[in-house]
Amino acid sequence: MSSFLEIRGLSARLAGTGQRLLRSVDISLPAGSVRGLVGESGAGKSMIGKAVLGVLPKAVEIIEGEILLDGQDLQKVSPGERRRLIGAKAALIPQDPLTALNPSRRIGPQITDRLVDILGWTKARAAARALEVLAEVSIPEPERIMRLYPHELSGGMRQRILIASAFAAEPKLIVADEPTTALDVTVQKQILKLISELQARHGTALLFVTHDLGVVSKVCDTLSVLYAGKVVEDTTVERFFAAPQHAYSSALLAATPRHTDPSSSLKPVPREVTDAVAAEVAVDDTTWRPNGGVRG
Amino acid sequence: MADNIFEVADLRVDVADMTRKPLFGSAPRLEILKGISFTIPRGAVLGIVGGSGSGKTTLGRTLVRLAEPSGGRMLFDGQDIAHLSDAAMQPLRPRIQMIFQDPLSSLNPRLTVGRTVAAPLNARTNDPRIGQALEHVGLPADFARRYPHELSGGQRQRVGIARAIAMRPEFILADEIVSGLDVSSQAQVLMLLETLVAELGLTLAFISHDLSVIRRLCSRVIVLRAGEIVEDAATEDLFERPQHAYTRELLDAIPTPDPSVRW
Repeated sequence: MSSFLEIRGLSARLAGTGQRLLRSVDISLPAGSVRGLVGESGAGKSMIGKAVLGVLPKAVEIIEGEILLDGQDLQKVSPGERRRLIGAKAALIPQDPLTALNPSRRIGPQITDRLVDILGWTKARAAARALEVLAEVSIPEPERIMRLYPHELSGGMRQRILIASAFAAEPKLIVADEPTTALDVTVQKQILKLISELQARHGTALLFVTHDLGVVSKVCDTLSVLYAGKVVEDTTVERFFAAPQHAYSSALLAATPRHTDPSSSLKPVPREVTDAVAAEVAVDDTTWRPNGGVRG
Repeated sequence: MADNIFEVADLRVDVADMTRKPLFGSAPRLEILKGISFTIPRGAVLGIVGGSGSGKTTLGRTLVRLAEPSGGRMLFDGQDIAHLSDAAMQPLRPRIQMIFQDPLSSLNPRLTVGRTVAAPLNARTNDPRIGQALEHVGLPADFARRYPHELSGGQRQRVGIARAIAMRPEFILADEIVSGLDVSSQAQVLMLLETLVAELGLTLAFISHDLSVIRRLCSRVIVLRAGEIVEDAATEDLFERPQHAYTRELLDAIPTPDPSVRW
C-alpha cells in the first residue's frame, strides 16, 4: 500500500544542546486515513507535525531520515520548492484559534491570501472559494463574516474559519495540532464532527496531534503513541482501546478520565512504567527532561 | 462555626456592556449571574460546570470576592461578605484561597518557588511552613530554590496548590486547574487534590467544563448555563439521571475513550 505521507527513521535534535527531540520515527499515513499522534507534553507530537509542514523552529535540526509527501522526499528539494510542494498539498489546523488569526485584518483576506500568493489563483476565484468553504463549515452569512475581524467571533466560530481555511486549497494532507484544546466540550464535539465529516468527504489524510485519548477514539483510524520522541506503539484504534500492547500505552489509557467508569480512570502513570519506557527509548537524563520539552 | 461554609442566595453580578455604550451617558448593564442560590456544606467538594460564557469563572471570582456582586446575599461561615470593604475582607482572606487556571501566568517568573509560597504567609523563605507545604503537594523541599520556568506544567500547578494550602485555608476555589495539563499530569494533580481535601479537611469548589473530571472528584455538582443554575444534584444522580437537557448535552459531548461508543 502506498502512503500519501511516509516518514522513515526521522531523528531530530536541538542545535544548541544536542538534546534529542525525535528518535527514528516511522509513520505512514495512507491517503484518506486519520492517524492520531498521542503522548505527554514534550513527547514530540507537535514536532512531527511541524516537520511535515516544514515549519520546524530554526533551533531544531533533522539529523537523519526522510519525509515523503506524495512520494517526494522533502529533504532533497530546495527550500523554495519544498514550500510550494507543502503549500499545495498540505495544510494546518492550529491549536489556538485566537493567536492563529491576525487580529488587525478581516477574515476574508486571511483565507484568500494563501490561495493567491502560493497557489497563484486570481482574487475573484479565491474569494469565491472562500465563500464556498465557509458555507461548508456551516458559517451563517459567509459574505458578512468575511468582512469581520477575529475578535467579533466566538472561539468555535474562529476554529471553524481556520478549518475552512485549511480545506480551502483542497489539500491532500491536513495536520491538526490539538485543534479543540481551547474549546469547551460541546463546541469540541461539533468541531471534531465537522473535521471528520470534511475529511471523509474530501478523502483528506489527517495527522491528528492530541493528548486526549477520548478524542482519538472518536476521530482516528490508527495512532502512534510517543514517548520522548520515539514511537512506542503504532496500532489501530480498535486494537489500542481493546488491548494496548505497550505498558506505557496502558498507563496512559488508565490516566484518561472516564465518566462512565470513574474508579478505573484518572490513575497517574506509575513511576515504574515511565522508568521502564525511558530505559527502553534510551533516554539519558542529560538530554531529556520529562514534561519539559520544547514549547511549540 | 456554621455547617455551611457558603450560603449563597439570589446572587447577581452585572457588568457594563461597553460594546453597546453610547458616546455620552452610561453603558447598559449586562447580567452575568442572574440570581443564583446554593450552599456549600463544610467539607464538601462542589463541582461547578458549564460551557464557555456560562458564568462559572465569574461565580468563582465572586465567591472569593475578587468581584463584588450587584445583588443577593453571600454568607461565608455565617457572615455576609457580599459587600464587605477590602479592609473588612482582609481578616477573612487567609481562610479563602484560590488555585488558578494557568500555572505559568499565575506564578511570578522572577520569584523562586519558595518566595512564591512565602509571600502570602508574610514569611521568610526559611520558614518551615514552606517546606511542609511543598512536601504536602509531593515536591521535594529543595524545589523552593527553583524558578517557575524550570518546572513542568504539572509541577507548576503543584506550586499553585502549595501556595494555597500553606495558608491553612478552610475554603479553596480551583478554577479549571487541569485544563492546561496533559492526561498524566492531570491525573496526578487531581489525585493530589483528592488526598489533600481529605487530609486537611478542606472545602473545595472545583470549576471545570469537563464533566469526566468532576465525576471522580466532586460530591455535588451545579450546572450553569447563561448565568443560571439549571441543575444542582449529587454527582452520582447527575451522571446516572441527568434531569436537564443541557446536562445531557454536556454529558453526551464527553469524548469517552472507547471507539465503540459513537457520537
